[in-house]
Amino acid sequence: MLELPDHTEHLKDDILAEQQNNNNLETPGPLQTFEENLAKGEFRIQQCKDCGQHVFYPRLLCHHCGSNALKWVAVSGKGVVYSSAVVRQRPEKGGDYNISLIDLEEGPRLMSRVVDVDPEEVAIGMQVSAHVGMINDKPAVLFYNKEQGDKEW
Amino acid sequence: MSLRGETAVVGVGLTEFGGLPGHSHMEIMAKAIDKAITDAGIHKDEIDGIFSANFVEMLTPLTVAEYLGINPTYMDGTNTGGSVFVNSMQSAAAALSLGLCNVALICYGSNSATGPFTHPPAMHTVEDVYRPRNPITPYALAANRHMHEFGTTKEQLAEVAVSARAWAQLNPAATMRDPLSVEDVVNARMIVDPLGKFDCCLISDGGAAMIMVRKDRAQDFPKKPVYMLGVGSRTDHNLISCMPDLTTTAAKEAAAAAFAMAGVSPADIDVVELYDAFTINTILFLEDMGFCEKGEGGAFVSNGNIAPGGSLPVNTNGGGLSCVHPGMYGMFLMIEAVQQLRGECGERQVDNAKLAACNGSGGFLASQVSAIFGTQETL
Repeated sequence: MLELPDHTEHLKDDILAEQQNNNNLETPGPLQTFEENLAKGEFRIQQCKDCGQHVFYPRLLCHHCGSNALKWVAVSGKGVVYSSAVVRQRPEKGGDYNISLIDLEEGPRLMSRVVDVDPEEVAIGMQVSAHVGMINDKPAVLFYNKEQGDKEW
Repeated sequence: MSLRGETAVVGVGLTEFGGLPGHSHMEIMAKAIDKAITDAGIHKDEIDGIFSANFVEMLTPLTVAEYLGINPTYMDGTNTGGSVFVNSMQSAAAALSLGLCNVALICYGSNSATGPFTHPPAMHTVEDVYRPRNPITPYALAANRHMHEFGTTKEQLAEVAVSARAWAQLNPAATMRDPLSVEDVVNARMIVDPLGKFDCCLISDGGAAMIMVRKDRAQDFPKKPVYMLGVGSRTDHNLISCMPDLTTTAAKEAAAAAFAMAGVSPADIDVVELYDAFTINTILFLEDMGFCEKGEGGAFVSNGNIAPGGSLPVNTNGGGLSCVHPGMYGMFLMIEAVQQLRGECGERQVDNAKLAACNGSGGFLASQVSAIFGTQETL
């Protein structure tokens, strides 16, 4: 039986590195890839090479057909507000803000905020477009009711 | 084989509700277990199946077994959120029926009102960055969509809270018993629009426990047995952005399965107990379970229709909105159903109640578990 020392923490990095080699996991998983793209100012989602449907949030398997062949694609950034809510917050904490669910033109729905109109004015059915901005010090996909330039994704 | 009528609830226990300061969640759970054991007239060593989950620890069934000093043959710590105890009841019925255990204990305790605030383990998701103020926002999104599609009004949402309060006024154990009007609810401070303070459930301390056995032993206990006639469990998302349709929950399929197993329909039901974490829940589940058509829930709950004296008694203990809500409410709604079918509910007792329908909801409208319970004569 293998004798392990009391504290094996110092072995963890070596073991992880070896496992990554064996499993060919040099590239990060889809969630981290999505976030790395956002940090570069790029909003990309996945599309299934087998069934053609788009996938969000980022996954290793297509939740439509089960295929593991997913590729990263650019999106139009166009969407429609599916539902919306106003989170009430004291002004000293930053004030009220909007939380919306947005249906992308490509199909997937995501949570976001519509940031260029008053939180109460965000309406179901409103046309919005996506831009990568910063929120709570992290890059995030945000939506605008009015066009904000003609950035391509 | 069908699980219809194969098992029965023979013991239930509830703690006091509200604030139980200085008690751990396990101690609150133990109070409820003690009451359920007494109710069933059994010794703790007869328990050989444990079904328990909560938000504050991972290995709950082990804690319960250790605390009680027993060595069970079957344990289940599945966590599906607030629906879990109805889900556990399905697992218990299956395990009992297969002889994997003989006396099943389903139990929960929480000190969420007075204890140290404990977050559930963090999930890293694509929603985190937007700070959606879970769990309220997902329900606000569902309510807003329901209002948009079907013309449901804030006043109709308020009717749910007002009806729950009217039932709570008949229940001495309920936490909130002051009068409440539609105007009070509509004019209350907004939390996440369109949901205001009274559209949201309580935060309580409280515990609940239930003992189940196979039907062949169901008559051997002091109280009238209440039989499990049907159960159905479904889920269609976890994150609210992944819910296919915010106006239709998986309770539609879960309830259809439960009613099919029980061989009864919504029209046969005498009393309904639903997980009302927020006022929109009651409307959604009444529609999805078939008590009214999709989109007509707002009208259905109006004019006192689900309040005392209405056509359909719903959430007769006062619900999570006015009776008790210690984080995961699914246990409490089943026990109210059992007590109604035993005829133990005093002023709030529904006359001649023989069939009860329950629906537990877990996550953000995600896991839905429906169950039908009946008295001996419904077997």
